[in-house]
Amino acid sequence: MSKATSVALHRFAVLTVLAVLLLIGAGGLVTSHGAGMAVPDWPNTYGYNMFFFPISHWIGGIFYEHTHRLLGALVGLLTLILAIWMHGATARPWLRAGGVALLVGAATVLGFWPARWQDAVVLGVTGLAALVSSAFWPRGDPQSARLRRLGWVAVGLVVLQGLLGGLRVTLYKDELGIVHATLAQLFLVLMGALALMTSPWWRQWEARGAEEPGSALRGLYAWVTALVLGQLVLGATMRHEHAGLAVPDFPLAYGRLWPATDPESVARYNQQRLETRALNDITATHIYVHMAHRIMALVVVAGIAWAWIGTRRQLARGHPFRRWATVWLGLVVVQFFLGAWTVWSNKAADVATLHVVTGAVTLLVGGLLAVAAFAPRVHEPAQLGPQVPAVVAPASAGGT
Amino acid sequence: MRGQNVGLLAVATLGLAVSAVAGEIRGKVTLKGTPPPNPVVKDFSADPNCSKLVKEAVYVPMFRVGPAGELADVFVTLDGITGKSTGASAPPAVLDQKGCMYVPYVLAIQTKQTLLVKNSDPLLHNVHTTPTAPGNKVRNEAQLAGGPDLRFTFDAPEKFVRFKCDVHPWMFAYVCVSDHPWFALTGADGTYVIKDVPPGKYTLEASHRKAGTLKKEIEVTDGVVNVDFVFEIK
Repeated sequence: MSKATSVALHRFAVLTVLAVLLLIGAGGLVTSHGAGMAVPDWPNTYGYNMFFFPISHWIGGIFYEHTHRLLGALVGLLTLILAIWMHGATARPWLRAGGVALLVGAATVLGFWPARWQDAVVLGVTGLAALVSSAFWPRGDPQSARLRRLGWVAVGLVVLQGLLGGLRVTLYKDELGIVHATLAQLFLVLMGALALMTSPWWRQWEARGAEEPGSALRGLYAWVTALVLGQLVLGATMRHEHAGLAVPDFPLAYGRLWPATDPESVARYNQQRLETRALNDITATHIYVHMAHRIMALVVVAGIAWAWIGTRRQLARGHPFRRWATVWLGLVVVQFFLGAWTVWSNKAADVATLHVVTGAVTLLVGGLLAVAAFAPRVHEPAQLGPQVPAVVAPASAGGT
Repeated sequence: MRGQNVGLLAVATLGLAVSAVAGEIRGKVTLKGTPPPNPVVKDFSADPNCSKLVKEAVYVPMFRVGPAGELADVFVTLDGITGKSTGASAPPAVLDQKGCMYVPYVLAIQTKQTLLVKNSDPLLHNVHTTPTAPGNKVRNEAQLAGGPDLRFTFDAPEKFVRFKCDVHPWMFAYVCVSDHPWFALTGADGTYVIKDVPPGKYTLEASHRKAGTLKKEIEVTDGVVNVDFVFEIK
């Protein structure tokens, strides 16, 4: 693959990561506005193929749910293109074959189920796009086998993610919403890792394996990132309880350090809670989950602060990890205050959504730090090019 | 012919006999204390069609309280009686979507009784029920402007089954489902009447969506039993 094509692939991967973040934000808006079930059918939208649903009907909760679905389709498409792109010129015949198959599929749908002409149009347009793009497809070499495999893992995950989102609607299962939200975060980290590994920086990084941090620091990044993921799962659980704020004040909880959770107290909390949305009543379990999220927030802040201190101590000045560890710490501090603001704003949709997106970025940065620290070999030696000498000063010469 | 007349006479006599021995429960439900103010719906603009329909501020009627504390929308029912539903032959109840709100806010029906959900608005809604009792099914269906009424029935008794519209998240209502016909909802004056109650000892239960549940042991004879309830703001 030429250098220009390689850079273009990397930029496309970064674009996909940004699209995933946008999608997570749109998902946050769906739950923040309680609009997850505003479109009762799936994969159709009020009987239309989703791409034909009239814009005039994008109102109220439908707007959030429908745009979330469209963005999901966009991310799916970008992920598929990325996976195919990694195969370089060898993907050309596949694109041609796939394009022809889709066009045949479109004709079949039109012939046997004329009422489903919208589906036929979508198949046909996609097939035509595949055929046309095969003529202009980059002629570069494929990426390494590991990267290509990761690309297809990403395609599998995005398909699974779409299915989970759809089944959550059709099976009425809130639990699936939690899995859907968690998988979204994992998918973001995978796409971020792909963007990182397709970057020119990574090739140099992989070639200079000697700069990897010590095993203690690698383990720390991994464990703290796992804590962040756990915190995001707790957050997703709270959001998918559809009960609003289980504890409406901060830093205290119902005016105390630890809220009362006996049945009488919970009944009193519910009596005083008047909302303009059809929220579920809160239960003692909801309160425990909320308090666990608060405690976990402190643990995560402490964990990232610890990782930041470790990074400053162990890695020399100029080491890229030092800068990213600082970004990580900054993000978690912002995230902590966004969490507090979410409570103070009574879970205002825009604030709560910003909290979700910042949480996702915090996980992404931690995940990428961990990936870079472990520096897995994803390229074949021939793809790495000449070894680039280290540009950072040794630890002994650096200081903190 | 004579046989038919005798039969009719027998049925009429039995009916009279049953009503002659049936009692009536009536009373008043009040709220002690000042409830939190009902929330105002501010975000009608999420659907411009709703903004056109509704010009004035709309409150979600979580507490409908009269000047002397009369509490409306309290579901008063005989507790612990099952399998006595006459819902299958009862006329359908109606829940309407009007002015981007559900009307009424609280409704009571029997198991197996048909509930018609209408859409009187010139716009689209989705009707999403979220019952929790085993036997009652979650449903979520689109209802277009001018679309046919949706029919709902519930197999199991359950208090305050939520009906909601996710297109317009401020739209929700509650339906109480009873497994027998001896229940009532309090009106704006806080009063209720339950008629044709067979004599006997019962637990009478009064439930309000926000104020909670109160119970009283009562004995029904062939007369009128007065049972009042007083809820308190905690």
